Amino acid sequence: MQASSVEISKVNKFYGPFHALKDVDLSIPPGKVTCLIGPSGSGKSTLLRCINFLEEYDSGEVRIDGKLMGYDAPGRKMSGKKLRQMRRGVGMVFQQFNLWPHMTALQNVAEGLIRVRGLPKSEAEARATDALRKVGLADKTGNHPARLSGGQQQRVAIARAIAMEPQLMLFDEPTSALDPELVGEVLNVMKTLASEGMTMVVVTHEMGFAAHVADQVAFMEKGELVAVDSPQGIFHAPKDERIWNFLRTYRERNAF
Amino acid sequence: MFSIPVFLESFQPLMWAAQYTLLISVLGILLGLVIGTLICAARLSGSRLLRGFGGLWVSFLRGVPLLVQLLVFYYALPVIGLDVAPTAAAVICVGVCASAYISEIWRGAIAALPRGQAEAARAIGMSPRDTWIRIILPQAFSMSLPALVNELILLVKASSLVSVVGILEITRASQAQAATTFRPLEVYIAAACIYLAINLCLAALGRYLEHRTAV
Ligand SMILES: Nc1ncnc2c1ncn2[C@@H]1O[C@H](COP(=O)(O)OP(=O)(O)O)[C@@H](O)[C@H]1O
Ligand SMILES: [Mg+2]
Repeated sequence: MQASSVEISKVNKFYGPFHALKDVDLSIPPGKVTCLIGPSGSGKSTLLRCINFLEEYDSGEVRIDGKLMGYDAPGRKMSGKKLRQMRRGVGMVFQQFNLWPHMTALQNVAEGLIRVRGLPKSEAEARATDALRKVGLADKTGNHPARLSGGQQQRVAIARAIAMEPQLMLFDEPTSALDPELVGEVLNVMKTLASEGMTMVVVTHEMGFAAHVADQVAFMEKGELVAVDSPQGIFHAPKDERIWNFLRTYRERNAF
Repeated sequence: MFSIPVFLESFQPLMWAAQYTLLISVLGILLGLVIGTLICAARLSGSRLLRGFGGLWVSFLRGVPLLVQLLVFYYALPVIGLDVAPTAAAVICVGVCASAYISEIWRGAIAALPRGQAEAARAIGMSPRDTWIRIILPQAFSMSLPALVNELILLVKASSLVSVVGILEITRASQAQAATTFRPLEVYIAAACIYLAINLCLAALGRYLEHRTAV
């Protein structure tokens, strides 16, 4: 599998007067898993969404395999066509799944192959079936999202993304909307992807996943990227007091 | 005394006239769908001029009673030298009026769609055009169906107003029938029954569609 790298440098993002990302630098190596953690509202989703330009960053650079994302040159936005071309290589999985409810699982996955990749319907459906088999849903291809559990819906959403054969996958709290007993099945699919060498950026509150699967963990607070380190470094020897405080709150909340 | 035979005999001419009621309502809503979709597109477009035009269109047509619109339209046509059949004039007028409401129904349905629906499409590189055609509009349409059927029911009732421009639909036919039989009560109750029957059927259709497209 080809895997992309991402270089984020000096990225700033404003929502009106609110400074949501402050000079963020982050290097995402190819074929590795990068987890983004931090308190709610710290800018994790915003940063993730700048990578595929669902949010437009105001200054700085996001480069995927060296190519500047979203702009032809600083301040000059690229054409819609070019942007779509770049987005094809980047899959995204959302907290709320965002499956299209009027389509079956198979149609959800095949849609992009037909409309974006221009594949004939029969081939698109064959590939969609493969993608669904890969996430363990070969028997649910005909179901509409409303007839699937949350965990199954999220796996369809992952299949929809991987069917496009991306070189980079973005996950925005993929398990946060799930009942606890359904979290595992989604994390397992993500672990398989990681073991195949996909570049993954994962915003998550699953510290266990971050500790065991991530190659590096980035901690954000108040729009700043405070630290990037190995999971070992972040969880067992945090160099910044803010990380320590965050982990302490997390442990207290999850203690029983 | 209420005369059952007169009541029953009224049905035949009124059923004939009901064709016009249905014709004008159905063609009116189809025309309203076309214009309403364009107006909605204008209101959601990037152009301030188009948005302003769409906004004016909606406020004007919702602010003026259909009866007045009909009369203005009917008397304005000869002035600008157009010779349009009364039925066509009525369909156009009803359709234009409906377009204002339909564009608002569309707009509400589109706004009610979660933002993530279009985002998921953008994220895989789908074009704005395909996103509209494949993702947004089909969902907006099924969400709007109950409101659209409701609008059709309103149009069936509002179509009684086109009698003022001389079309022999149910209301005008019952006036004529009442004048010849001198039994207005029986005739108008028959007319009420026909309107009710039509609209109960439409309401049932609406429930069926709502049930069928529920997601
Ligand atoms: N579209 C928006 N408009 C205004 N403020 C926003 C918008 N999206 C996010 N924000 C603000 O930016 C900050 C970071 O949000 P987000 O990236 O969603 O945080 P996280 O994912 O870490 O919880 C929050 O304070 C949020 O209120
Ligand atoms: Mg978030």
